[in-house]
Amino acid sequence: MQVTAIDQGKLEQVLTKYEGQEGVLISVLQEVQGEFGYVPKEVIENIAGALKLFPSQVYGVVTFYAQFYLTPRGRNTIKVCEGTACHVQGATSVLRELKTKLGVAEGGTTDDLKFNLESVRCLGTCFLAPVVMINQDYYGKLQPRDIEDIIKHYD
Amino acid sequence: MEEITLSLNGLQLTGKPGTTILELAQQNDISIPTLCYDPHLKPAGACRVCLVENEATGVLLASCVTPIAAGMVINTESPKVIEARRTVVELLLASHPDACIICDEGSNCELGKIAADLEISEVRYTPMRHYYPIEDTNPFIERDLTKCILCGKCIRGCQELQEVGAIDYAYRGFDSMPATSLEVPLEQSPCIFCGLCVTLCPTGALSEKMRKDKGRETRRVRTICPYCGCGCGIYLDIRDQEVIGVSPDGDNPVNNICLCVKGRFGYDFINHKDRLTTPLVRRNGNLEEASWDEALDLVASKLQQIRDESGADSIACLSSAKSTNEENYLMQKFARAVVGTNNVDHCARLCHASTVAGLASSYGSGAMTNSIAEIEDADVILVTGSNTTENHPIISIRVKRAVRKGAKLIVVDPRKIDLTKYATLWLRQNLGTDVAWLNGMMHIIIEEGLWDEDYVKTRTENFDALKETVKKYTPEFVEKVTGIPQDMLREAARIYASGKKASILFAMGITQHSTGTDNVKSIANLAMLCGNVGIESAGVNPLRGQNNVQGACDMGALPNVFPGYQAVGDQQVVSKFETAWGKKLSTNPGLTVVEMMNAAEEGKIRAMYLMGENPMISDPDLKHVEAALKKLDFLVVQDIFLTEAAELADVVLPAVTFAERDGTFTNTERKVQRIREAINPVGEARPDWQIICQLASRMGDDMNYQHPSEIMEEIAKLTPSYGGIYYDRLENGGLQWPCPDREHPGTKYLHKDRFTRGLGLFQAIEYIPPAEMPDEDYPYFLSTGRVYYHFHTGSMTRRSQGLDEIYPHALAEINPADARELGVEDGAMVKVTSRRGEVEVEAMLTERVPQGMIFMSFHFSEAAANVLTNPALDPVAKIPELKVCAVRVEKA
Ligand code: SF4
Ligand code: SF4
Ligand code: SF4
Ligand code: FES
Ligand code: FES
Repeated sequence: MQVTAIDQGKLEQVLTKYEGQEGVLISVLQEVQGEFGYVPKEVIENIAGALKLFPSQVYGVVTFYAQFYLTPRGRNTIKVCEGTACHVQGATSVLRELKTKLGVAEGGTTDDLKFNLESVRCLGTCFLAPVVMINQDYYGKLQPRDIEDIIKHYD
Repeated sequence: MEEITLSLNGLQLTGKPGTTILELAQQNDISIPTLCYDPHLKPAGACRVCLVENEATGVLLASCVTPIAAGMVINTESPKVIEARRTVVELLLASHPDACIICDEGSNCELGKIAADLEISEVRYTPMRHYYPIEDTNPFIERDLTKCILCGKCIRGCQELQEVGAIDYAYRGFDSMPATSLEVPLEQSPCIFCGLCVTLCPTGALSEKMRKDKGRETRRVRTICPYCGCGCGIYLDIRDQEVIGVSPDGDNPVNNICLCVKGRFGYDFINHKDRLTTPLVRRNGNLEEASWDEALDLVASKLQQIRDESGADSIACLSSAKSTNEENYLMQKFARAVVGTNNVDHCARLCHASTVAGLASSYGSGAMTNSIAEIEDADVILVTGSNTTENHPIISIRVKRAVRKGAKLIVVDPRKIDLTKYATLWLRQNLGTDVAWLNGMMHIIIEEGLWDEDYVKTRTENFDALKETVKKYTPEFVEKVTGIPQDMLREAARIYASGKKASILFAMGITQHSTGTDNVKSIANLAMLCGNVGIESAGVNPLRGQNNVQGACDMGALPNVFPGYQAVGDQQVVSKFETAWGKKLSTNPGLTVVEMMNAAEEGKIRAMYLMGENPMISDPDLKHVEAALKKLDFLVVQDIFLTEAAELADVVLPAVTFAERDGTFTNTERKVQRIREAINPVGEARPDWQIICQLASRMGDDMNYQHPSEIMEEIAKLTPSYGGIYYDRLENGGLQWPCPDREHPGTKYLHKDRFTRGLGLFQAIEYIPPAEMPDEDYPYFLSTGRVYYHFHTGSMTRRSQGLDEIYPHALAEINPADARELGVEDGAMVKVTSRRGEVEVEAMLTERVPQGMIFMSFHFSEAAANVLTNPALDPVAKIPELKVCAVRVEKA
């Protein structure tokens, strides 16, 4: 996986803003993730130091909330619906196609950081089953062969 | 406040407001099962096993977190309680592996015990288990989290008590588990292997690797840790005649259930195969086994012969900071009354002789003014020349807790030690410039009018001389000498002076200099200037290194004083001891350790009797020490292992460890504590006190004691500060000296209302540079010290499997910038050379040391730092300058 070098300056900015305050860990993590797109492992110790916490406490909070990621995230997030309706309509083969085309497992991120691939339960648009959502766009009544064309539109 | 009355299992009970239901029950011997509760931890209310019913309302309450209230009608065993408790336990068991029966925790498992009490044999719920791989890549702790019930005790202990915080809960819900940051193995985390989490864990999720297959202990003996001067309370867990483990003594206020890795896991030297089990006598050049009679007869006749030929002062005795008070007392009595010389000293010469000399002249007594527990409540703490976290782990916990409570911490140290992370201010002075910055701080405090005028006027003398001297130590001048930026020095001075209870902690970084006594006196000056001596949680606190170095000094194992620091030159004192011992005594002060070695080389000292000392590692300039010991006509070494010094001996006498004898140790806060015989002596080894007595009687002087308690009675009679210390008073905890009589409760902090010497004495001190400074040939400073995982000359810790595994060899700390210049890589071997010798050692590149400085520990004989060190002496205390010398570094 491509590791982006961390911009220490940006990190410092966030940390100085909150240094020494209590009960601000979540805000700091959100801002850090806002800056870098994820919470780089290397910064856990710095965050702990600035907030006078133990690194294990920071790690605990990062892993507690689903919103925080410890690895770089892709620019676009693909959500494949695996709800009952979509499942019946062939969501599994759509997902399989996406995995092959992108070369990642479920929950993974492509090496070029273009896509995250996730599976979800019912997106609430069962009438379009099987459904895939990329960022805010919905694609319905999909066949595996549609995939290649759709992902071309994202960068 | 008014007491609260309530009904508990039908009894009318009263308790103080704030007491929990659980505490009230325990006070009245009513037992309630718990899993996540421990009296040392803040209650968490996580496991719900401790449920009780308030029958007045029908509500179930977690007794460990619910305070008592008037009118409660508590039932701890109502049908409702039992049913709820069963459900809780069954749910825990459902996520627990079935293999309970073969679990090492065995009958130690709290969960199993509670389940048995509830007569649970089958679980009604579908098992939902998380299988985690067992983690056991470190030498001490095995983690089998499949057995974890998420009580959180390990996490809370590690954070709240130990202040390490290596672990916390990670993930949530069913996936939740105690984990290190990024889930690295413990040995890559900040974990210090104190073992507290294992002690607290109620199941087999955390267990001790070294105890595997050792079975369950059959006895536990309460005693004191044999390593450092903190003096932590421990239990030795024993099966047959083997020490199979150590547990913390949670009732000892020194450590309060905490320990460090040495005390917790460094016990396997006791039953080590290398222990000396019979006396050895040199025959035809080889040390061969001998009987006690042969060995003792030989020692007695040789010592007598040499005394007859060359006089008593041709014999020298080295006592031991590892031995008990009673044994130190006997050793100096042996030297003075049996041999007839004051040539008795011990390794305190190499660590805190300057403290004893400096503080005695400033205040009248040379020990920690305050107690360990008081540190927690200081509002300013100045730590200098003490790598507290590694060398006095239990004391560093108090410092960290104080910081958590809001205290300001100032660290003055050339190395970036762990405490700098907690510091408000870290001053990085040039090595050996302590008097300069201390004078500089006083200059600022006086200039800005921040000193305690009232205190100085009423409690001290000679202030004007101090004021005059520090005048020229302006921040600009001090910056030039010490490298400390002016504004930082100013800030430090202001912070220190602002403290209402400012405590100074120091250790060998201050004392092991050719100006050691001056450094100590300067610290004493600073503390008095701000009125910080004689009050709680403040003071001047030298942290003593060895478990009983304080006691060995108190007992007069020093060439110039009898027990209790009574001068050998004082006629009245001498008469007192002459009457008590029935012998004529010498009034010439004896030689100190380094002077003894010099005299031995010159042939003036012909025989030496070493008890539990290994000068072949601990003393400066080892080549010289070796030459001196070899030159002796007769060398006797009494120790538990065949140390480097013992290998040179003519007779080696096998002594016992702390686990095989009764006695007392005095810890760094002047607390006299009992150690207890836990196992029979290994082989034919004997306690030091018995060996000394047996030698004395062979030399015609009867020393008759049946037990160390009788020796303590004699000590109490002759030593005013120990006047009230008797064994029967030590059964349930220690006593801090001064304790002048049987009714005296002991003294928490010294110099209250009045200094021991009357008025505190300000002493005007000028800065003098170290004896040896870097130059073209030897361009680097070398400083030496200890590391967390080892102790002193390593004869115990290096024979402890776990400690040796985790820290197997010496490392020399080198700044990466210097390393680049030298072309040295991390982990490469380097050759370090001084004017006195050279050693090869592995380089560790780290920012902990500043550029221009190398740091080495002195524990390792194969890379003995003391081959390099400078024996230049402090003129007063005769302590060598172990902290500074000049070296050259090359790729090896
Ligand atoms: S051994 Fe000590 S430091 Fe390590 S995790 Fe356990 S409690 Fe924390
Ligand atoms: S490892 Fe032990 S102490 Fe820690 S949470 Fe699990 S059961 Fe409790
Ligand atoms: S801190 Fe000192 S006395 Fe306490 S366990 Fe560690 S070595 Fe022993
Ligand atoms: S099941 Fe896929 S959108 Fe509802
Ligand atoms: S012991 Fe009370 S909730 Fe665990």
